[in-house]
Amino acid sequence: MTAPDPAVGRAVATADVLVVGGGLHGCSAALHCARNGLSVIVVEKDTVGRHASGVNAGGVRRLGRAIAEIPLSLAAMEIWHRIADLVDDDCGFRPAPQIKVAETDTQMQALADRAAMLRDLGYAHETVLDRDELFRLLPAVSQHCVGGLASLGDGFADPYRTTAAFRRKAERLGVRVLEGCAALGVEVRQGGFRLRTAGGPLDGGILVNCGGAWAGAIAAQLGEPVPVEPIAPMMLVTSRLPPFCRAVVGAAGRPLSFKQMDNGTVVIGGGRRGTIDAGGNATRLRLGELAKTARTASEIFPIVGRAEIVRGWAGIEGRMPDDLPVIGPSSTTDGAYHAFGFSAHGFQLGPVVGSALADLIVGRRPDLPLAPFRIGRFSASIASTAPGGAPPPTDRCV
Amino acid sequence: MDSTDLAIIGAGPAGLAAAATVAGTGASVVLLDEQPLPGGQIYRGVEMVQMLRPKTFGFFGPEFAAGADLAKALRGSAVDYRPGSVVWDVSPDLVLHYSRDGRSRGLAARHVLIASGALERPVPIPGWTLPGVMTVGALQILLKADALVPRVPAVLAGAGPLLLLLAVQYLRAGAPPTAIVETVPKDAYRRSARHLPQALRGWRSLLKGRGWMRELARAGVPWYRGCTGLRVEGGDRAEALAFDHDGGRRRIAADVIALHQGVVPNTQLTRLVGCAHDWDSGQRCFRPRLDAWQASTVEGIWVAGDGGGIAGAKAAEWQGRLAGLAIAGRLGRLDERDRDRQAAPLRTALARELAVRPLLDALYHPSPEVLCPADDVIVCRCEEVTAGRVREAVRLGCPGPNQAKSFLRCGMGPCQGRLCGLTVTEIIARERGLDPAEIGSYRIRPPLKPLPLAELAALDDEAEAPV
Ligand SMILES: Cc1cc2nc3c(=O)[nH]c(=O)nc-3n(C[C@H](O)[C@H](O)[C@H](O)COP(=O)(O)OP(=O)(O)OC[C@H]3O[C@@H](n4cnc5c(N)ncnc54)[C@H](O)[C@@H]3O)c2cc1C
Repeated sequence: MTAPDPAVGRAVATADVLVVGGGLHGCSAALHCARNGLSVIVVEKDTVGRHASGVNAGGVRRLGRAIAEIPLSLAAMEIWHRIADLVDDDCGFRPAPQIKVAETDTQMQALADRAAMLRDLGYAHETVLDRDELFRLLPAVSQHCVGGLASLGDGFADPYRTTAAFRRKAERLGVRVLEGCAALGVEVRQGGFRLRTAGGPLDGGILVNCGGAWAGAIAAQLGEPVPVEPIAPMMLVTSRLPPFCRAVVGAAGRPLSFKQMDNGTVVIGGGRRGTIDAGGNATRLRLGELAKTARTASEIFPIVGRAEIVRGWAGIEGRMPDDLPVIGPSSTTDGAYHAFGFSAHGFQLGPVVGSALADLIVGRRPDLPLAPFRIGRFSASIASTAPGGAPPPTDRCV
Repeated sequence: MDSTDLAIIGAGPAGLAAAATVAGTGASVVLLDEQPLPGGQIYRGVEMVQMLRPKTFGFFGPEFAAGADLAKALRGSAVDYRPGSVVWDVSPDLVLHYSRDGRSRGLAARHVLIASGALERPVPIPGWTLPGVMTVGALQILLKADALVPRVPAVLAGAGPLLLLLAVQYLRAGAPPTAIVETVPKDAYRRSARHLPQALRGWRSLLKGRGWMRELARAGVPWYRGCTGLRVEGGDRAEALAFDHDGGRRRIAADVIALHQGVVPNTQLTRLVGCAHDWDSGQRCFRPRLDAWQASTVEGIWVAGDGGGIAGAKAAEWQGRLAGLAIAGRLGRLDERDRDRQAAPLRTALARELAVRPLLDALYHPSPEVLCPADDVIVCRCEEVTAGRVREAVRLGCPGPNQAKSFLRCGMGPCQGRLCGLTVTEIIARERGLDPAEIGSYRIRPPLKPLPLAELAALDDEAEAPV
């Protein structure tokens, strides 16, 4: 199950759908395609969950989403709250408030303005917290904080376990996952694609590009180059502390993501970036940047100043210039689809994007607005139709 | 940021020898070590012992005096020695970060010598996490640092020269162990005999070993050979060691049980920097790939001593000098001819030290039940993960230690897998029917040792590695 299928090396294996990338999005696309009765092969150059999907902060967050992402995020959240129905595993999901803390009145005003704007668009999941409410939810937060914005029905999950659960469920539905099997080139053929891989050629009618930070290579081969930038957000984890925080916390004015796990350890991130090695597949931490993350954390939660850092790490993620993912059909090639470039917030969207792709693939109209995520938005000819415009609000609010 | 020609991590025989060699050529050397005094594990606190307890000096053996000489050479040298320094990051561009006196600092080096020595191989047997169970190495540290022997006699169990050494030292200190429970299979003596001719080149160490055995036998210390099925019994703490011996089950009551299965290279630093490692099937461990001058596969990173493969104190010293010569050469402080001339006798001495290793490796091969413990045995103490759960993770699709770590949290605790790393690799290799070389090991991330968050927060931005 884990070793590359030796048979693939000899004959050309075929499937209805070929998925490039064994991250959460690749596994989710495979799972949803299989649920629709399609045969699927996933190729992963390393191991499933090796990159962003397995090492991220695990934040399952609607709070603070770009307007264009809100419908997807709300739909995903509904799935997260009953994730075991989909993958037979709770994925370590814990419901918890997500809270963005304001440290100044100006920040507080900006948060209140955002909440008002969302309400006008018909969304009710983000609510303003005054100082008292903030301290009731976060008793350990620093005294200088003035309030916050919260999405109370959010949560967090275990990223590796989640990705592994999607993979296993997909495999139970017949999906074949080939690890250590890089896709090296795509050839468009009559009625489909031939994928040249490290494990031999694969033929399929449909190609799904979920290559994360590396997805640009496949897109370029399809004649639609995109500016996907590999980034390496960094994380820290502390030794165990007594329970003091049961929300996932961010800051309005500076990069921070902060949560205490059930076992007492505190996981701290927020997007400060490490560097990516020349090979493009491994990361290094930038200690000066990490020091800033540590400062932010201890200023907002003084209690962690006493903690010890046990480990730091970084994961490689694809970022788009407008911080919105690419989701949807190829603009050049029938039968090819993309879902990549989640710009450091794609974990939460994992369960739903695969389902939307499967809808497109079987010819169903997805009930989610995907237009803002089309790949063509980066080509010069359509540069004037700026991305990120607010889609019509939906009634999917929770 | 501070800078130096050579930064050495570890003030044991390898680090001390290299420091003296390189500083002697006029290059700048910074020597970082966690301990308050030079000497490393083998010559731990040698100056203190010499000064405060000259009488006990004797029972650590005449080799201890060699340590005193190395320490003395350090004190008289230009080496910038910084004891009490915990190195928590080394980057491939040769910037170190270390914590000392509650503050972290950076140090840019032209060369880095990793001389951080060995770790005791963990001995995951049923009950090994109970209070009262120690390692032989830990007891020896107590003995050296504070002249402490257990209040109650200890049972020493396992295999390896260090086990016998501690037994002899306890004997000489007037506290003979209750028993020695040796796990060396009976036929290992016969099987390892083919290495004997070569080992005779290192006859001094062999004689030393034989001398210890005779001393213990004369004193009548009960010695059970060829034992298997070791299990520590007890409720809240260790009460007894049970084992199979000569076809029967035995049980020896003991409050202190010291376990030992030899030592393995501490590769946390070399893995952190990204040096290539090879699997050593003789010693059942990974070791960094080194050339004849102790250079690793990462430019500017050198390794000497047990951290490059277990070879003992004398070999460590010769390797430290060899690396020192090569580094001095690279710094332009020594021409090639002088380097090679000075290296020749070191290579001869080193070969003599290494001659005995194949015999010892064959004789003291860690027992299978320790390499691949039973399902109910805890392998990761930090996160309390059992061998059975690691096997289950493999069945669920985890192909290697890093996936098992993400899945089970094994190796995610404060020790970063120092303790469970090799065991997890062995278990996964066995489950998948592959060689440990193909399975690999945990990726190591800074900080290498737990670091106060406040200390990281106080790190100033110039600590950023030069790009
Ligand atoms: C440190 C960090 C913290 C984050 N925190 C959060 C958070 O709290 N909440 C949140 O919602 N999101 C978060 N994210 C973002 C989230 O992790 C990603 O958006 C998401 O996992 C992306 O999934 P993916 O499947 O697109 O990418 P990946 O997980 O990177 O998967 C892509 C896979 O494709 C493989 N691949 C690429 N090219 C090829 C090829 N040619 N052949 C074969 N295989 C190939 C890669 O090896 C890789 O495994 C975080 C990201 C990071 C790095």
